[in-house]
Amino acid sequence: MQLIEFTDKGLYCSAGDFYIDPWAPVDKAVITHAHSDHARPGNAFYLCHTQTAPVLKLRLGDISVQTLEWNEPVYINNVKVSLYPAGHIIGSSQVKVEHNGEIWVVSGDYKIENDGLSGTFEPVRCHTFISESTFGLPVYHWKSQQEIFADIRQWVTGNQRAGKTSVMIAYSLGKAQRVLKCIAEITDRIFVHGAVWNVHQALLAAGRALPAVQRITPETNKSAFKNAVIIAPPSADGTPWMKKFNPYSVGVCSGWMQIRGNMRRRNADAGFALSDHADWEGLLTAVKETGAEKVFVTHGFQSAFSRYLNENGIRSEEVKTAYGGEEEEQEKPSTSKEQEEEIAGGDI
Amino acid sequence: MKTFALLIAQLGASTKTNEKLDALAEYFATAADPDKVWVIALFSGRRPKRVISSAFLQLWCMEAANLPAWLFEECYHTVGDLGETIALLLPPANRERSDTSLSSVISRLMTVEKEEERVKKAFVMDTWMQLDKDERFVFNKLLTGNFRIGVSQKTIVNALAKTIQLEPSVIAHRISGNWDPATTSFETLLSEKSSAADHSKPYPFYLAYAIDGEVSAIGNEEEWQAEWKWDGIRGQLIKRNHEIFVWSRGEELMTEKFPEYHALKNMLPEGLVLDGEIIPSIENKPLPFALLQTRIGRKNVTGKNLREAPIAFFAYDVLEYNGNDFRGQPLSARRVLLEEIVSAVNHPVLIISPVIEFTSWDQLENIRSGSRDMGAEGIMLKRKSSAYQVGRRVGDWWKWKVDPLVIDAVMVYAQKGHGRRSNLYTDYTFAVKDGDRLVSFTKAYSGLTDKEFAQVDAFVKKNSLEKFGPVRTVKPELVFEIAFEGIAASNRHKSGVALRFPRINRWRRDKKPDEINTLEDLKKLLQAYGK
Ligand SMILES: [Zn+2]
Ligand SMILES: [Zn+2]
Repeated sequence: MQLIEFTDKGLYCSAGDFYIDPWAPVDKAVITHAHSDHARPGNAFYLCHTQTAPVLKLRLGDISVQTLEWNEPVYINNVKVSLYPAGHIIGSSQVKVEHNGEIWVVSGDYKIENDGLSGTFEPVRCHTFISESTFGLPVYHWKSQQEIFADIRQWVTGNQRAGKTSVMIAYSLGKAQRVLKCIAEITDRIFVHGAVWNVHQALLAAGRALPAVQRITPETNKSAFKNAVIIAPPSADGTPWMKKFNPYSVGVCSGWMQIRGNMRRRNADAGFALSDHADWEGLLTAVKETGAEKVFVTHGFQSAFSRYLNENGIRSEEVKTAYGGEEEEQEKPSTSKEQEEEIAGGDI
Repeated sequence: MKTFALLIAQLGASTKTNEKLDALAEYFATAADPDKVWVIALFSGRRPKRVISSAFLQLWCMEAANLPAWLFEECYHTVGDLGETIALLLPPANRERSDTSLSSVISRLMTVEKEEERVKKAFVMDTWMQLDKDERFVFNKLLTGNFRIGVSQKTIVNALAKTIQLEPSVIAHRISGNWDPATTSFETLLSEKSSAADHSKPYPFYLAYAIDGEVSAIGNEEEWQAEWKWDGIRGQLIKRNHEIFVWSRGEELMTEKFPEYHALKNMLPEGLVLDGEIIPSIENKPLPFALLQTRIGRKNVTGKNLREAPIAFFAYDVLEYNGNDFRGQPLSARRVLLEEIVSAVNHPVLIISPVIEFTSWDQLENIRSGSRDMGAEGIMLKRKSSAYQVGRRVGDWWKWKVDPLVIDAVMVYAQKGHGRRSNLYTDYTFAVKDGDRLVSFTKAYSGLTDKEFAQVDAFVKKNSLEKFGPVRTVKPELVFEIAFEGIAASNRHKSGVALRFPRINRWRRDKKPDEINTLEDLKKLLQAYGK
């Protein structure tokens, strides 16, 4: 029997009787990160990284959760479980599962580049690696964060010169904090949507240092937005809520902006291919550095990535999961439950 | 290439005509003259000759990026554009690279035309390694031929008008003539000195509103002239100063696209402007719009085009005669004049759009229901006493279209779109019921909003049953109303019918899959309307 099986509830370790990122309610869930498609409600018990817990509680309410630091093993029914940084968002972790000398690693979502917020991705040697593949095609090749930040700042400055408000569209958990860090260096007039505000508060409460932002409320005076920067989630893009920023320019931050067609479809004035996922090279590097003999590929371009690995001497298989609900994994602004809630009023 | 790549990026990113105009005006104000000439040429359909096949470009890119063919294909399918796919896949450019101008890249491209493959390959590979991603994209577009950037001739003209002191219509005339960008200087193309009168200038078009409600509300039958509403491109045919000009309603000069009209040059009287419909037609019978589409967007018209989609001009109205503006005359007087002119010319390319005789609205409504048989979209109603006005005005001209044929169907297959929608499932196949099985009968594209596309796309991704190459079999659950203009028997289709211009009319969220139409219903439509 495989150490981790692929069941209709999620990735299951029968030796330890626990699941990793299950999509149906279970007794014990190890959670890689707080994005809604990986961390779902209804589990009796949650195990995650210390920095994941605050947002997990914000999103899932009163849950029973145990936290771990990176590389701090626990045993669940004699199966050794430890977390390693995945570099995707704050607290995001890979899950290492060891039993009878066999090691499996579940990547969750990850990126290789250190974004200065999420911890540096750490390759973990293992026999079997379960990898995401959101951007698993060679057309996805990211510029460095430094270069993209320079592009964003230049765009914001240009908007300011033209008397326009810059509306940055960024997923509220992860991308929004990166964008905030980028623009805080050129302006302190930063306003955020309610959804971004809530995550911001949860992170501050958990002791993270973040630049100051102001929440946008119906009372905020329209004149305050002139030449300012707004950070809003994808669900707000194109809604009447944006009217109050007129005149404005919209910049979308997402790996999908790598392709022109996507940018045009989003009606963006500017697109920045800033992603929280590994690009093609990143995925290949990660896979190689694990030294894994077998690689299971989950959500994304799994058939292409897995075929490529097989043709290049790494045994691989596709796995069907229910992941892929977060904005970057959906190829477009989603209408997922979570984002509908964001539209409804920013209470998540 | 840098500034040109930037221009293309700006034009591609912008959806607003004003922003495109500004980007172009900025380019024309700052770029070097030879580059400007090429930009004008490229946007008016004068591409450099295609000297390297796409298949080679793909091969060389695979070699440079060290990728297997299937992975290249997969990427191409996702990106939807060959030039862009290659630009994204190539390894990073050389560190030491210099900026070569657009015109010099194009002239080098033209010099390798007659060279052997090895030389072409060296030129392309070498150029790729000198360029960054955006520059590679535009370079590949030059190689493969098409800048599908939504910039109309009008926008180019208005942008040029901001930097040079010439009337927009004069500019439009100059840049749409017969000139070669390789040998024409900016100065000779758009010299401000030349002050020849602008003979090509069209009149603004008079446009109709759709009838909303009962037709009898517009007044008494005898005040109105009825004509077929033809499904072509509205245009003006102008003969002045011994030259002929054809303008589309979008104010694009299309004279060169339709050589058929040149036959009229010596037959039309001097100082004449006719309003009418540019439409493919054989023996006075209009042909489907789809055939016209095979002619638009083509620089070089082939003999096959001329045979299969010969273009005629269905004349509606006369706006200028003997050099005098006739637009203020009542329609009834203009019509008499128009009939005289057309019959005097007596040439199969110039056809008068016939007046439909009728005595009552009921009778006309009856005639209208036969529009499809005539190859028309419905009926035009024009007040006999009306002047030819400017723009869209309520009151004197109305269009009265026939309703499209519709059928409710369930989506059964989905395929990803191309280009703009390359990551979305936007191409769907639909089925009707036949007992308890489903029979697919048509594909239909457009008609949904971006938001609806996103929702259907999400549904497809969550509910696919099988995957055949790029096609997914989808759980038959979403019901759509499919509209179409015509129906014909077909033994190439499982359902036995082929539809004309099928499109998604709306998403019937209110209907369940077992409430859709049946194959029997389709056959009834075929009996009623099929020919
Ligand atoms: Zn995630
Ligand atoms: Zn994920």
